[in-house]
Amino acid sequence: MAYSFPEEVLEHVFSFLSLARDRNAVSLVCKSWYEIERWCRHRIFVGNCYAVSPEIVIRRFPELRAVEMKGKPHFADFNLVPEGWGAYAYPWIAAMAEAYPFLEEIKLKRMVVTDESLELISKSYKNFKVLVLTSCEGFTTDGLASIAANCRHLRELDLRESEVEDLSGHWLSHFPDSCTSLVSLNMSCLGSEVSFSSLERLVARSPNLRTLRLNRAVPLEKLANLVRHAPQLVELGTGAYSSEIRSDTFSSLADAFSACKQLKALSGFWDVVPSYLPAVYSVCSGITSLNLSYAAIPSSDLVKLISQCQNLQRLWVLDYIEDSGLEALAASCKDLQELRVFPSDPFGAEPNVSLTEQGLVSVSEGCPKLESVLYFCRQMSNAALIAIARNRPNFIRFRLCIIEPQAADYLTLEPLDAGFGAIVENCKELRRLSMSGLLTDRVFKYIGTHAKKLEMLSIAFAGESDLGLHHVLSGCDSLRKLEIRDCPFGDKAVLANAAKLDTMRSLWMSSCSVSFGACKLLAQKMPRLNVEVIDERGPPDSRPESCVVERVYVYRTVASRQRLDMPDFVWTLDEDSSMRYS
Amino acid sequence: MENSTVEKEYIGDEELELGLGLSLGNASGEKGAAAYGNGGRILTAKDFPNGFACGTKRERAQKSASSSDPAALRQVVGWPPIRSYRMNSLLSQAKASNVAGEDDESSKKKMNHGGHLGFVKVNMDGLPIGRKLDLNAHKTYQTLAKALEEMFFSPSPHSRGGKEQTVKLLDGSSEFVLTYEDKEGDWMLVGDVPWGMFLNTVKRLRIMRTSEANGLAPKSQERNEKQKSKLI
Repeated sequence: MAYSFPEEVLEHVFSFLSLARDRNAVSLVCKSWYEIERWCRHRIFVGNCYAVSPEIVIRRFPELRAVEMKGKPHFADFNLVPEGWGAYAYPWIAAMAEAYPFLEEIKLKRMVVTDESLELISKSYKNFKVLVLTSCEGFTTDGLASIAANCRHLRELDLRESEVEDLSGHWLSHFPDSCTSLVSLNMSCLGSEVSFSSLERLVARSPNLRTLRLNRAVPLEKLANLVRHAPQLVELGTGAYSSEIRSDTFSSLADAFSACKQLKALSGFWDVVPSYLPAVYSVCSGITSLNLSYAAIPSSDLVKLISQCQNLQRLWVLDYIEDSGLEALAASCKDLQELRVFPSDPFGAEPNVSLTEQGLVSVSEGCPKLESVLYFCRQMSNAALIAIARNRPNFIRFRLCIIEPQAADYLTLEPLDAGFGAIVENCKELRRLSMSGLLTDRVFKYIGTHAKKLEMLSIAFAGESDLGLHHVLSGCDSLRKLEIRDCPFGDKAVLANAAKLDTMRSLWMSSCSVSFGACKLLAQKMPRLNVEVIDERGPPDSRPESCVVERVYVYRTVASRQRLDMPDFVWTLDEDSSMRYS
Repeated sequence: MENSTVEKEYIGDEELELGLGLSLGNASGEKGAAAYGNGGRILTAKDFPNGFACGTKRERAQKSASSSDPAALRQVVGWPPIRSYRMNSLLSQAKASNVAGEDDESSKKKMNHGGHLGFVKVNMDGLPIGRKLDLNAHKTYQTLAKALEEMFFSPSPHSRGGKEQTVKLLDGSSEFVLTYEDKEGDWMLVGDVPWGMFLNTVKRLRIMRTSEANGLAPKSQERNEKQKSKLI
């Protein structure tokens, strides 16, 4: 007779497991552990909303309290996924409204969320606490009004980088006076002005408010008032940081900031007037995260601010910082872990600032903890990349965008294979890589050979033949997401590595050389992969099978391969093996 | 295992050593098929054989090192990979304030390319799903209208409605007119103001039924007549 712990004990033990990976492992041990675990899992992350259906999730996990989900593929951020492709939140929201009356958290990324969904959320869950919508779209400020009005225990409302149809700022006034539970409010993506007095009263009555990210419309003159009501803030995003230069505005602001002893993160800073920057100096020594990526100010002003922030761990900035500014950064911020440098004038024919590969080399030399980089620049050399790789073998994320597609090493005119090769060879923990510049199949050989921990790879205008893609698919053991645009990769590599695709979350290929015939074949061979042909030229079977498709998106799924919300430019394999669309 | 034998069948090293030339994939046969209009589909690097890769590696490298055609770069969708909210924010800041070090010339250039980088939404009456269009790929109302006509009215099997004839959105002769919402939230008929001014003020487009478009401020029948005679 089997001897086992009572359920309650096992459940208690499992409650210490927070990682999905651990819970998944536990649920594979035996049937009874599977059962116990599924009844006590409260938190779930779905990396691709089409990998599974609401019904399947609800059937397995009846007691969820927090759901996090992602929809469109990453390249949707750059308009490579046509509008109307999918990732609608409503079916999930509707199904969960029935199944999970105690749901507390919904976090969505790159999904289409309607006002209807928001209203449903606000009315279905008595204890709703957290709504985070990252890069979502499809809703208006009316939807936000429902959330504000009805979610009595709302703690977090975070709209980071979402595209909201801004009908008016009135939504904020829908928070009832009785709502005092706010911990985090991020409205930075909104355009309209909200009623300042409503905002001020809301902040004043929220003693737990830790994160407040304002939108551009909140004027600098009013910022001090808000900050004074919330000296406990840990993260603050300002509105427009410009105003007539007035000493009373300045001193009021400086005073307000000096009361914020716990402030760790600053962002916002649209339209910066440099003379007002010193108002934040009093908090700089505690600042670990600084987002100045909207601050169009010269390097000298940036440096004055940054050099006060000795504990800085994360910096997002425009290329106005220039090489000289990055050198100063390297000298003062020894704790720096993440750097993102965005271009101020990406389409200018000539560089408008003196930012080159040298800036990145300096930071890699001077900042021993640097592990995550996103860098836009106009020139790069193998020598620089090799130096960077040798300086910083601890990179986890390395994303380099040389603005001109297929730009060669500007010193030798060679491809940048050796440089990126050095990155993957030295940085053994690299999990994410985005490449640019002139690259042949050779760089992919290096990647396949060395990048064993690589999980996400983004490739554009690179490579010469299927061999390149084959190296990546056959060599990168940890690969989960692969996104490719405008590369000469085609059928052979994809079909030869079909099984690999089953171990990945998704593969995106647009403007490559994959034929319709190969897509059909792949879908036939791999019943658990959904092979979406996304093509706006009409039905692919009205053209020869050898015809190349505009885009193909392949992802593993346990849900139906004929999703019900496919628009007319998406084709997947029908049951009778012809590629048809519904 | 099954898959590795398949691999061996598909790939021998010799087979894949296809040489160093780029093979950007030829859409064999049906090149002319379906609406390959200029604005109606996504432009990619394939459309710019001279601007990007061609010839030997060295040639390619030299070409890309020396020429940097901003107009061509603008036409490539989604490159450089910057989110549109960031682009829009950069541009509106460039207009609003003088950045130290920028001379008049380059900020003027920015202004001329419109206060609005990238894509605007286009909806058509009767269609639930809208499209997005890159305004910067166009320099005149004519090309814009043509692109929209191809996008919404092209006679391909899968299009809704299946209208056969060309629609002529600008001259008031069809069942539909092209309108836009400006910065103030007003809906206007497209075509009245200079192109640059239009770019600066347009927020989104709508292909509206002519019957509904009457009374669009400050349009009147009289102005429509004037418009008809003005257009080429």
